[in-house]
Amino acid sequence: MSRIAAIASNTFREAVRDRVLYNLILFALIMIGASLLIGQITIAVQRQLLINLGLTSISIFGVLIAIFIGIGLVSKEIDKRTLYTVLTRPVRRWEFILGKFFGLLGTLVVNAGLMSIGFFLALLYLMHGLQKSDGWIVVAIFFILLQFVIVTSLALLFSAFSTPIESAVLTFAMFVVGSFSEDLRAFAASANGVAHYLATGMAYVMPNFSALNVIAQVAHGSSIDWHLIVFNTIYALTYAGAAVCAASIIFQNRNMK
Amino acid sequence: MPAIETFALEKTYKVGFWRSAPKRALKPLTFSVHEGEIFGYLGPNGAGKTTTLRLLMGLVDPSGGSFKILGGSIEDPAIRAQIGFLPEQPYFYDYLTARELMGYFAALSEVPAKERTKRIDASLTRVGLASDAWDTQLRKFSKGMLQRVGLAQAILHEPKLIVLDEPMSGLDPMGRREVRDLIEELHEEGKTIIFSTHILSDAEALCDRVSVIGKGELRGIGVVADLTASVKGNVEIMWSGPQAIPALSAIGLDPHATGETVRVVVSEDKVDETIDILRSQKARLIAVTPVRSTLEDYFVAKLAPAERAR
Repeated sequence: MSRIAAIASNTFREAVRDRVLYNLILFALIMIGASLLIGQITIAVQRQLLINLGLTSISIFGVLIAIFIGIGLVSKEIDKRTLYTVLTRPVRRWEFILGKFFGLLGTLVVNAGLMSIGFFLALLYLMHGLQKSDGWIVVAIFFILLQFVIVTSLALLFSAFSTPIESAVLTFAMFVVGSFSEDLRAFAASANGVAHYLATGMAYVMPNFSALNVIAQVAHGSSIDWHLIVFNTIYALTYAGAAVCAASIIFQNRNMK
Repeated sequence: MPAIETFALEKTYKVGFWRSAPKRALKPLTFSVHEGEIFGYLGPNGAGKTTTLRLLMGLVDPSGGSFKILGGSIEDPAIRAQIGFLPEQPYFYDYLTARELMGYFAALSEVPAKERTKRIDASLTRVGLASDAWDTQLRKFSKGMLQRVGLAQAILHEPKLIVLDEPMSGLDPMGRREVRDLIEELHEEGKTIIFSTHILSDAEALCDRVSVIGKGELRGIGVVADLTASVKGNVEIMWSGPQAIPALSAIGLDPHATGETVRVVVSEDKVDETIDILRSQKARLIAVTPVRSTLEDYFVAKLAPAERAR
């Protein structure tokens, strides 16, 4: 356990020292700019617009960080040969994968946490207070974190056997397809023959990011069914768990250069 | 119990676009390293030294054969906890300081938390890294400083077996001397050390036993003195009387004259013939001295000329 924690904290430290958290400055500028601009338009749409913009930014920034750091988590260590002095210690390969996963996830959680604070400050400034339905925003942010869990696990999985560029393309493709998974399911239901089976298979394999996106709902002040919260949590943890296990199995059998 | 035992260990890589062409990096290799000895693993560049060490460290899977390390498997974390490894031209996380890197490795090696600071300071001091560099990020380190950090991480957790791939690489003459002293100190503490090198003087000065590898094949193994004795020696003959030079040149020797004194180096089997010629030419014999074979002579004798040139 202490070895996983050591690898995770080193991964977090690397991200921080690589100035990953600098994206927070850009986010802060977006929030300040948006608050000032939105202030000029109708009060009814102000809240809706700010929530849409804020949460979408948190999601996009996080996914981009997850992809661009995640794709190099394993392959960069192999290329730079920093792994040699790690794997020759009493570290099991799955511990290394798990440490890397939690390290990047920790970075994303801290990053998203700081962004969320900034977002709520902007909301407070613009609305002169919070309302009861704003509590659902926290659920939307929790779902965004679940997205990060899945994207990180996928980037790590691809990083375990392919180059950073291949990993980036594959992870990004899965994120895009997964974001339209509801449409994919609808197509699968309406298609016939081979197309039906192919689309259904893909719909099950691809991560269902549509279900994790409730930004529009909370922007309209709608509540989120607790069944969805439970289902999404179990789904994201299971999906990511399977991807991390696959990454560990692949990495276990991988030869170093 | 040997510290390392290999049984027909071999490695073949698949190369080419379709990975269909086999390239043999290591032919079946059987050797052992005894506990408590300094073992030199010698060979020219590209001979298969690094491949062997990576196989032994579990970084690469063998294509055939097997090996035991400290009586067990390298897959066993308890065995790995007793091994220190310095890779060739080590790379570390360049965003960390030397002290942070050591802290990370100490945690991975499960050095007890309360002992870490003491062990880290001791290791960095022992490899001769100036203390004002301990808190500098590794990206600012020279090659020689990184090599010292590499050595420090290999001894940090007080391993029983220390595996060093080209430990003198990147070091200046002073640094090489310090590393030689360090290896001797570790040996005196009872550690087993195996190191690869193509610098023969280092191996000759340090090793109890050496092996010579060329083109992925073991060419010889043994105690340094025995190996060098196995190379047919030369003898230097000195005499006074340059009149003997034409007769010796006629049998293919190459005498060198300095005033009246002449010297020639001949193989052992030509000593009697040379002395007979000198007597017949009325030359006055001054000295007949065996020239000691070096590890280099052995190395040269065991490797084909094309391999040595690489």
